[in-house]
Amino acid sequence: MATTSTGAIEKTKSVEVKKKLNVLIVDDDTLTRKLHESIIKAIGGISQTAKNGEEAVNIHQNGNASFDLILMDKEMPEMDGLSATKKLREMKVTSMIIGVTSLADNEVERKAFMEAGLNHCLAKPLNKDKILPLINSLMDA
Amino acid sequence: MDALVAQLQMQYRNYTASLYQQGFLDDQFTELKKLQDDASPDFVAEVLSLFFEDCVKLIGNMARALDQTGTVDFSQVGASVHQLKGSSSSVGAKRVKGLCVTFKEYCEANNYEGCVRCLQQIDIEYKALKTKLQDMFNLEKQIVQAGGKVPQVDN
Repeated sequence: MATTSTGAIEKTKSVEVKKKLNVLIVDDDTLTRKLHESIIKAIGGISQTAKNGEEAVNIHQNGNASFDLILMDKEMPEMDGLSATKKLREMKVTSMIIGVTSLADNEVERKAFMEAGLNHCLAKPLNKDKILPLINSLMDA
Repeated sequence: MDALVAQLQMQYRNYTASLYQQGFLDDQFTELKKLQDDASPDFVAEVLSLFFEDCVKLIGNMARALDQTGTVDFSQVGASVHQLKGSSSSVGAKRVKGLCVTFKEYCEANNYEGCVRCLQQIDIEYKALKTKLQDMFNLEKQIVQAGGKVPQVDN
């Protein structure tokens, strides 16, 4: 995995992640959850889903949850992605958290989401080519 | 039988390519197809089924919100448009996504006539896409029934 002089991540040639990831997919949309589950399976991971930020936080309440990665949608009812990320970091959750945003989100909104405790942010729609190099680089870091 | 398979495969390639060329589909649909495998042979059909269910539900929401006597809550309309834009983007439904972008702008401008026009166009476009994709799936079925493999067609 190489970074260019501008810091951009070059695409890895691998088709799977370097270790079998356990992923929590947090999104209020059924279609998106199904798509992201399939992407995670395609890159060699396993996944569990939550319909909103509150469910994601509740999954971690008993202290037994252990995810390598959380894919966190931004706009959700009950508890949005920003609030959920903040809460999870307050609970000392150390999983990688990748925020998933809409392209319509502006720079201020993305920055606020990052500052809530994300490791990175990606714009929808996700696909294998977009997420795999990022996960591998975050695991290398 | 081989000649029939070859003919069907050519027909399928041309038809699928035309869906990209005419702007019905974009690269995200190709990405969706890559996720289909022997373990999940109906993945694309299942995802598209969810998308078309979304279309019916969200277009219904938009129509009801625009049909209010008195003041229209454009933020409510916009919320449904935002969701449909997300779904259409996820499956590669390029024309529907494009219309959602325009529709959202009309919502933000509180432009009632613009919103109504967009709603009508989205209704037409998603139904047209559904018919086109059904034809594509029918061709896939014919190829398999004739003993052939469905060719991969990218954008």
